[in-house]
Amino acid sequence: MAEIEKQGLRAWLMTDTPTSRRHARFAALYAGWLTLKANPMAMVGLAILILLLGMAAFAPLLSPHDPFEQNLIGRLQSMGAEGHILGTDSLGRDLLSRVIYGSRITLYIVALVALIAPIVGLLVGTVAGYTGGIVDAILMRITDIFLAFPRLVLALAFVAALGAGIENAVLAISLTAWPPYARIARAETLTIRNSDYIAAVKLQGAGAFRIITKHIWPLCISSLIVRVTLDMAGVILAAAGLGFLGLGAQPPSPEWGAMISEGRRFILDSWWVATIPGLAIFTVSLGFNLLGDGLRDVLDPKDGDSA
Amino acid sequence: MAMAEKNGQGRRRSPFSSPALRLTLKTIGSILITMLGLAFVTFVIGRVMPIDPVLSIVGEQASKSTYDDAYAALGLDKPIIVQFFIYIWDVLHGDFGVSLLNARPVAEDIKRVFPATLELATLGTIMGVTLGIPLGVIAAVKRGTWIDQLARVVALVGYSMPIFWLGLMGLLVFYGILGWVGGPGRVGIFYVDMVPTVTGMILIDSALDGNWEIFKNALSHIILPASILGYYSMAYISRMTRSFMLEQMSAEYITTARVKGLPERTVIWRHAFKNIRVQLITVIALSYANLLEGSVLTEIIFSWPGIGQYITTALLSADMNAVLGGTIVVGLIFVLLNIFSDLLYRVFDPRAK
Repeated sequence: MAEIEKQGLRAWLMTDTPTSRRHARFAALYAGWLTLKANPMAMVGLAILILLLGMAAFAPLLSPHDPFEQNLIGRLQSMGAEGHILGTDSLGRDLLSRVIYGSRITLYIVALVALIAPIVGLLVGTVAGYTGGIVDAILMRITDIFLAFPRLVLALAFVAALGAGIENAVLAISLTAWPPYARIARAETLTIRNSDYIAAVKLQGAGAFRIITKHIWPLCISSLIVRVTLDMAGVILAAAGLGFLGLGAQPPSPEWGAMISEGRRFILDSWWVATIPGLAIFTVSLGFNLLGDGLRDVLDPKDGDSA
Repeated sequence: MAMAEKNGQGRRRSPFSSPALRLTLKTIGSILITMLGLAFVTFVIGRVMPIDPVLSIVGEQASKSTYDDAYAALGLDKPIIVQFFIYIWDVLHGDFGVSLLNARPVAEDIKRVFPATLELATLGTIMGVTLGIPLGVIAAVKRGTWIDQLARVVALVGYSMPIFWLGLMGLLVFYGILGWVGGPGRVGIFYVDMVPTVTGMILIDSALDGNWEIFKNALSHIILPASILGYYSMAYISRMTRSFMLEQMSAEYITTARVKGLPERTVIWRHAFKNIRVQLITVIALSYANLLEGSVLTEIIFSWPGIGQYITTALLSADMNAVLGGTIVVGLIFVLLNIFSDLLYRVFDPRAK
């Protein structure tokens, strides 16, 4: 983009007097981006996540070997070995390639949970908050029950009942992750429900469905987004935990948690096999935590503790 | 325990229709409903498990009639809702059923494994509290300095690290390479079952028995898993302490105290810190509850014979009575600790009324 045009765009984005609704929205987004950009920790987090996306997208190009190709003669080669920068695992598979391909599984799980849990929570929370009365009481009681559950144990039980596998792990994690979203959405709905503009929409003849989807959901989104970003680190850790217990992705899939579990058996002799996927998990969830912290300062200044 | 306290309070003030009593009844009601729901969800999950509990009792070679007898003996021929209420009735009588794996009463198994988890989580919480609170206070007081940044990094790393991986790395470094601590398990293999069981917590039992050799050995085994749990607890507690303290430090009474010429130490500890104690206790209770239920992965890494490992093993072998019993106990403690911290808040913080 040319420098002049960029200046013009910048001025357009920085305006105090937006000319249209969309203009105002872009201006607000840009202001948020500037705040976020000023936070170096959040930028590091963002960089990590972009790197992860790149890794997942270009996995076939980036990885030096086929992640499933076994080579029993060259098993448990140490780091820096010929052709295997990060060494090989117990079946002689290249660890670097497996970590790179593993990013796809992690992203897949994170993306699905980030879709399912907030949507279920939003649905339950807004319906409970808007309807009130007995529906509210029942829905919130159910939410409390799921909140009271030891999360990992519930996920474990669920996967054990449905059978191990990625999809079931996603379902199980979502099942344990939705109640906080329902709580947030309900709280937001309760504050919005009695405002004048809702009364105005009601007078125009809008039904409950229209009010909830068009006038309440949009206002709940920003607090949910912050929560999602902060939750993703926990989701990655939970998925890795399930994988580690053998209840997540099944072998030979290069899921990071399952790779740690494989490497556990050789931990004293070949420490890198379990160490490297663990570092990958740590880096990615750190990325989400850093970005989430920064986003919270931008979108929800009242909770920010770094400001 | 929390409930007893609350009850006493309600009675002392005024007999019936007092807000405290109504609150108590409401709380008891919500505990009951939550626990019933918890048990029901677990129960249903247990019934749809793809593993057949009857087969794991009678074996694959059993004849049809043996199978049917065992099926009826487990009560599986009744409707699921009837089965559920039979189960709840038994639980209320202290009977969690019999473990399908070892044919022992589940209640006894839980009594055996729970102290191990309790010991681990308690030690972890003690570490988290003694390190986390000072760290949080200092971070708040020296806000923006390198100490604050360090505290932030420590907490973020804690939030981002997979606990089972940290456990493995700890074992690798401190046990495998340096040899400073004992390996997996609660005590060395020579010392197993050497001290009489009183509390089930081996540190306390060996101390009571005066057997300091076992005490030292047990300490060397527990120190690593407890530190790892303690680290997570510290990350959480220090963050919360910091934000509570920041809230207080910007209040006007702090300025007043400073203007009066009080030394900074008095201002921080006698004025600001005093006001966050109630909030802190609720945070500690929550963190304790999280450690109790969150020690599942740690227990597996360290072969710690606690309730987390018990539930996991039972799940993988479709031992539903054991899973149900374990989950209900963990869930109950979780709920009680939550309610305890909530009540504490209401009782000691006049603003919450």
